[in-house]
Amino acid sequence: MEDMIFYDRLQFAFTITFHYIFPQLTMGLSLIIVYFKGKYLINKTEKYNDIAKFLMKIFAVNFTMGVITGIPMEFQFGTNWAKFSELTGSIIGQTLAMEGMFSFFLESSFLALFIFGEKLMGQKLHFLTGFLVFLGSWGSGWFILATNAWMQHPVGYEILDNGKFVLDNFSSLFSNPWLLPAFLHNQFASVTTSSFVISSIGAFYILRDKNLDYGKLLLKTGVVFGLVSSILLAFPTGDWNAKNVAKYQPASFAAMEGIFETEEAGAEIVLIGQPNMVEKKLDNKIAVPNILSFLTYQKWDKQIPGMDKFKKEELPDNIPALYYSYHIMVGLGTIFIGVMGMSVFFLWRRKLFNLKPLLWTIMFLVPFPYIANITGWYVAELGRQPYLVYGLLKTSEGVSPTVSSGNTLFTLLGFVAIYLLLGLLFLILVGKTIHQGPKPQIH
Amino acid sequence: MEIFWFIIIAIVLVVFFVLDGYDFGAGIIHLFYAKTEKDKEVIAKSAGLFWDSNEVWLVAAGGMLFMAFPTFYASVFSGFYLPLIIVLWLIIFRAIGLEFRGQFDYQMWKDIWDKAFGVSSLLLALFFGIALGNIVRGVNLGGVESGVSIYEGHYFFLPLWSSSFSPLSESPGVIDWFTIIIGLITLVTLAIHGANWIILKTNSSINNKLKTVIFKLNIVLSILTIFSLIVWQDINPNSLDNFIETPFLMVFPIIYISGLAGLFFIKKLKKDIYGFICSTLLILGGISSSLASIFPAMLPSNNMVNESLTIYNTAAPEYGLSIAVNWGIVGFILLFVYMIIQKRLMGGKIDKMDYGH
Repeated sequence: MEDMIFYDRLQFAFTITFHYIFPQLTMGLSLIIVYFKGKYLINKTEKYNDIAKFLMKIFAVNFTMGVITGIPMEFQFGTNWAKFSELTGSIIGQTLAMEGMFSFFLESSFLALFIFGEKLMGQKLHFLTGFLVFLGSWGSGWFILATNAWMQHPVGYEILDNGKFVLDNFSSLFSNPWLLPAFLHNQFASVTTSSFVISSIGAFYILRDKNLDYGKLLLKTGVVFGLVSSILLAFPTGDWNAKNVAKYQPASFAAMEGIFETEEAGAEIVLIGQPNMVEKKLDNKIAVPNILSFLTYQKWDKQIPGMDKFKKEELPDNIPALYYSYHIMVGLGTIFIGVMGMSVFFLWRRKLFNLKPLLWTIMFLVPFPYIANITGWYVAELGRQPYLVYGLLKTSEGVSPTVSSGNTLFTLLGFVAIYLLLGLLFLILVGKTIHQGPKPQIH
Repeated sequence: MEIFWFIIIAIVLVVFFVLDGYDFGAGIIHLFYAKTEKDKEVIAKSAGLFWDSNEVWLVAAGGMLFMAFPTFYASVFSGFYLPLIIVLWLIIFRAIGLEFRGQFDYQMWKDIWDKAFGVSSLLLALFFGIALGNIVRGVNLGGVESGVSIYEGHYFFLPLWSSSFSPLSESPGVIDWFTIIIGLITLVTLAIHGANWIILKTNSSINNKLKTVIFKLNIVLSILTIFSLIVWQDINPNSLDNFIETPFLMVFPIIYISGLAGLFFIKKLKKDIYGFICSTLLILGGISSSLASIFPAMLPSNNMVNESLTIYNTAAPEYGLSIAVNWGIVGFILLFVYMIIQKRLMGGKIDKMDYGH
């Protein structure tokens, strides 16, 4: 039985991790495309339009990848987590079905029009289709986050005698206190990824002395969007989410912060250290006293329960992974603010385009917002363990009762092979698009 | 309320098979009949421009099924675990083929992705048919062995095949000779549908030849249909009961038959769209007749111990279903509006249309 859950979890983790490489770019990029397209409508400078269309090519590749890796996500609720689907489907089915009907449809229908229909529709309608693509992709984010928020902090339900969760208040799915902070945090994170991607392409063009006009425009826009979004990520949205975890999932909070023992007055904030699960302490710890209590409750000596206050079965089952995910996310987020802040400063001083070390740094930082996004989701998902529906339904109770672990391992191996191929092709294609660069409109 | 959602989901499924069906079909035709590079490209394009907005209908159907009939969703998706995951892989391969063939301009690259597109389209059509065959045949719910369920009564697990390949054995596999027949019917139907789509949307050099192909496939389809109806009686003796009790339901088989009849005149039809409408009727009639014959069951039980999964015993509770009607109707209308806008803006022959790169 243990074995069976392991492969189901591993398959879901693998497929969702791979899937989320793509939507995090498309959500943020759609906003930036709308920005460029809008700017073109206002001041009619062709290069804004060229950039919008160039970015849309990158968007389209990512969107296709998102679709074909996204369908397996929806299927896996039924194939691998049948019991969970049966028990909670009448609730999370609502938000998932709405995602498909309202957002995903909007995005994919108007994406085709945006790509193929510019001449057909004229510029204003073309802007509108771009805006609808943006609306669709952020709408998808909203409904998926609403689903996840319900699993993190269930609301508006009733449990029947047979264990089934039944919806008794529809609107509470969307007024869930978990939802808005998580949604905003997630969206700014995806804008951060996109900002880094376009900054990186811009830096690449400048360093190669190629497509210089476009390169400067991409970099300039990227670092400004990047600074704003990475600051908003930390404050207020990151702070807001951390307070939610402290309030609704105190056991996860202790684990992700690495607090093994409760301190009498005021909890320290851990910057570095490795969880030692045998001796129940952090090795090589560097920590600042009382800061965590202040950040969480604005009181220096407020007590925060450590892991010693919880029973073993209430604590997340992989504490080191949760702890590292959280610290990697926060650490990278801090670096992002620093690099983007410096870039904007030098942009303002008109030195950015000549500062080679900074340009190289920006170019090579591009994988890291992806890592921060994905580890951020690991914090949410590992932190929710050992539950699927926090406090109510254990992960081990949600698995498909009839699918053997041998079958799951078989399909997991298949997914790994196919996604390797897919990832390779994706890189080739995006590389090719970036190599070709934006093209001026031919009249 | 259950019936309302059942009908909505059935409509969305039919639309999915009509829309994605033509690009599956285009892939099958591509595999066997496209010889020149020009034809290969334009046929791939006739699928490539549309497949992703067609596949959102599958996602919508899946989402609504999950919401309205969670127990059914859970049981069927875990029970048909392997075939469903294989379908996912095929969907991925097909998409890769369509999206990547035009990316580099040398023949070997294109040939590889053409084959990926063609073969996975063919296998998908076959697998979707086999799935339909499984639904009408029913499964061993509860995994009953000598009168005792080994799972909860609404769960099951089907291997890909059993050693006898017989639908009449106590626990048949996903693939048996009956489901293969239904798979072949689907394959031929979608090939016809795809051929009609190619004729309608492109100026390929094989358009005239395809009409002959459609005519011949239609003969094969008629024979397979009659054969399947005969063996269906063996597998499920009650399959005609619904039609006898509610004669109105006969409208569905009549839709199927009129599509079949119309396609025999494929060469005389005045407009290309008429052929496409005929194959649309085939899909609509085929799916609706199958669902009508097992209604209110959605997955019949093959044993006496556990009852069939019906729209009543797998539905979500009343409150959720009725609140979903509010947004469901809005969403449903939007789906059609989007589809119409898109099809109108991309109407006509697509040969000259820019394929993105």
